[in-house]
Amino acid sequence: MQPVKCGVINNMASGADTKTVKEDINNRMTGKREFKVVGTRPLRPDGTDKVTGRARFGADANLPGQLVGKVLRSPHPHAIIKSIDITDALKLAGVKAVITSADFNKNAKDQNVLANIMARGKVLYEGHAVAAVAAINIKIAMAALKLIKIDYQILPHVTDVDKAMLEDAPILHDDMFTGGLDKIPNKPSNIAYRHEFGHGDIDAGFNAADIIIERNFKTAATHQGYIEPHSCLASSSEDGQAEIWVCTQGHFMVRNLCASLLDMDISKLRVIASEIGGGFGGKTTVFIEPVALALSRKCAKPVKITMTREEVFKASGPTSSMSAVVKIGATKDGRITAGFAKMNFQGGAFKGAPADFGAMSAFACYALENVKTIAFDVVTNRPKGAAYRAPGAPMATYGVESVVDELAIKLNIDPIEFRLKNAVCAGDQSSYGPKFSDIGLVETLNAAKAHDHYNAPLGKNQGRGIACGFWFNFGGATCTTLNVNADGTVTVAVGTPDIGGSRASICQMTAEEFGIPYENIRAIIADTSSLGYNDTTEGSRVTFSSGMAAIMAARKAINEMCKRAAKFWDIHVDAVKWEDGFAKPSGANAGDFTPLSMAEIAAKANYTGGPIAGHHEYNADGAGVSFGTHIVDTMVDQETGKVDILRYTVIQDAGKAIHPSYVEGQFQGGAAQGIGWALNEEYIYGEDGKLQNASFLDYRIPVASDLPMIDTVIVEVPNSGHPYGVRGVGETGIVPPLAEVANSVSAAAGVRLTKLPMSPPVILKAIDGLKND
Amino acid sequence: MTVVQVATKINGDEVEFICDSSETMLDVLRDRLHLTGSKEGCSSGDCGACSITLDGRLVCSCLMLGVEAEGHEIGTIEGVADGAKLHIIQQKILDHAALQCGICTPGIIVAAKALLDKNPNPNESEIRFWLAGNLCRCTGYDKIIRAIMDAAREMRGD
Repeated sequence: MQPVKCGVINNMASGADTKTVKEDINNRMTGKREFKVVGTRPLRPDGTDKVTGRARFGADANLPGQLVGKVLRSPHPHAIIKSIDITDALKLAGVKAVITSADFNKNAKDQNVLANIMARGKVLYEGHAVAAVAAINIKIAMAALKLIKIDYQILPHVTDVDKAMLEDAPILHDDMFTGGLDKIPNKPSNIAYRHEFGHGDIDAGFNAADIIIERNFKTAATHQGYIEPHSCLASSSEDGQAEIWVCTQGHFMVRNLCASLLDMDISKLRVIASEIGGGFGGKTTVFIEPVALALSRKCAKPVKITMTREEVFKASGPTSSMSAVVKIGATKDGRITAGFAKMNFQGGAFKGAPADFGAMSAFACYALENVKTIAFDVVTNRPKGAAYRAPGAPMATYGVESVVDELAIKLNIDPIEFRLKNAVCAGDQSSYGPKFSDIGLVETLNAAKAHDHYNAPLGKNQGRGIACGFWFNFGGATCTTLNVNADGTVTVAVGTPDIGGSRASICQMTAEEFGIPYENIRAIIADTSSLGYNDTTEGSRVTFSSGMAAIMAARKAINEMCKRAAKFWDIHVDAVKWEDGFAKPSGANAGDFTPLSMAEIAAKANYTGGPIAGHHEYNADGAGVSFGTHIVDTMVDQETGKVDILRYTVIQDAGKAIHPSYVEGQFQGGAAQGIGWALNEEYIYGEDGKLQNASFLDYRIPVASDLPMIDTVIVEVPNSGHPYGVRGVGETGIVPPLAEVANSVSAAAGVRLTKLPMSPPVILKAIDGLKND
Repeated sequence: MTVVQVATKINGDEVEFICDSSETMLDVLRDRLHLTGSKEGCSSGDCGACSITLDGRLVCSCLMLGVEAEGHEIGTIEGVADGAKLHIIQQKILDHAALQCGICTPGIIVAAKALLDKNPNPNESEIRFWLAGNLCRCTGYDKIIRAIMDAAREMRGD
């Protein structure tokens, strides 16, 4: 048996409760470097504020004289706005401003965002904003909303993706013609785009197969479910300058979009990122921010808008639902000969469903000669979708990994062995085009095979599932600056909001580079007027990109400190080296000088050339892709259909874990969200096109008693695109669970389940169907 | 609008405030008393981010009226630490990296303290069921549960 194509691994224990599997065949750029701070588990710099209630989130800021902003939302899923009358609302005592779509820049660059934050001519989903008021208190604001008169002409609606693609479906946008086709169609359609990826000849591949399995799959739309509702405080003054305090994954994005939507100079708008109470992709665009700013501009008073939980569900970004067919063929000995998937992604009222990412990631785990994926980006009368952790990949992977599981069972091959026979390695062409370089899928599979979880016995009505997952990861525009303070400590300013502990990892990398203690570094999230543009915190990019920028900035500051030491010693700078936080004479000929610490150099800075700083701005390339393998055991109650998660293990390649605890946290959090997606979570629409479960009571995310401990194994195959080998870890963890829980539940229930969520009624129906067969 | 004067005790201090008779305790804490450590995640008692104690009993402050505080003792996250010294539960949450975004953390700590005050030796299952009313979307609960078990151990002096 020779299933392993790409290398050998050694197991090494490391950390408190995590086994670290370290690839020793190729350490590439990281060399044999012994890290001092990287890889340890220090306390996060923002931690004390967060355990004491002191940390200030979106809704925790106030300004003197601030008003309450409220948004009027459409009760209809699809209707023409014939007229809006705000006269009576404006007359109500205590109302200071009322706005409609007329108050925004109709020539704004992003027309879809413009039409989503405030409906223009037509409402496209229940909850679509149509007007907003600012008043001295919430009671008056709510009363004013009731005084706004809107004349709607109700239109037929569609909320199901497959129905939205039919010829006679109600059309949302008269000017939307399907892109990605050979010929531009002459009729508008709800299909925004057709994406296709792949290579080889799938017909030939299927002809060469001994076994072919084809299945249809459906997944429900789910919400990111961050606990902090969107909240912002906008303050515009009489001279047209403005500030926004907001919980967002990207305050530079908020600034640029708001400036465009309100036709302002970017320099006149300063956006400050508050602490952020979860995002998962859902806070990578604007909803209420331009609305609060427009209200504030109208009355020159601060305006605070905070969404209710119902508004969060109805009007902020859920992810796509999906309907798909997946077909895979294999030889008797377990080699996949062809893979095909056609997927319909429902992305809400505007184009932009992650159909492309779904199509690209579906087969990314496998080295295939013949593969083809087609995915449609489809609009429906639902809220505009937003990114959600590895957008598109969990649903696409669900279909593929379910069929892969079934193939392994039918061929009587162990599911890990089956995957190892087909897994991608360095040098393989990916299913979406480029060749993979240093990747760690096989390492995660081998670690899974060796894990005691995989080899533990199972009881009655229990099943074990495994699945692999992939995510691209992202680099992006990044600008970081750091200042060496007078006492030799360092302040690092990054422009990427910290959604999971990134300030700690950035401090660790900076400390590592300088060779000084972690405690001597403090990282902050600087506002938009203090740094150059930074892309949003997304794509698992922050520890990779902002971390690398901090390393580069530290190197510049080190160069400067070496120059200062050279000046002080009156020797050439080439004769100075930097070691463990000290400038030292380099070699015997440099002269005999006592090394200078950072504190000593900093104290003399004003006499040797002024302040010492380092900065780095770039478009970060080289974000290494990430793979993971998950194992889950479930038990299905045959009478109620309830599923219990008995045991769970996440194994993922982190490249290099900077702060292993927060890497584990990303693994565990991704798994928990995936479990919720697999078992409970779903946007439920009635025939009336209205969302029926817009609360945490009815949209049930996993609670503490739903889950067991989530075991983690950090695999480290260094990413050559980062000086320390880092690859993003935030998103891959949500990719395997949908399929892997489905594989486990299917094994436990004795029937293949192909629709998510696998709620008790769905499972009972499947079990009953089996009994009736 | 009926405004009511309320006399209560918050984190051990005598406090008087006025509020609308329909105002929630959470709004009183956040908007009138500037104690913004209690968070509003849902305003329907489903997420637990606004957890406080009322005479030692764990409640969602979004489901309680401000006027109901009259004559009672309220405990919030701001009163958990002892002066400049963190409570053991707070320290263990930090030590175990049992938070990511931190929005649920105040509610989790208030809830965990209410549990350990009542039951100093809970098993994992008891902690999980006690915290079932405190939603965390980031962590998968693993590190939170470990932190609370560790805090309980240290508080018992095991």
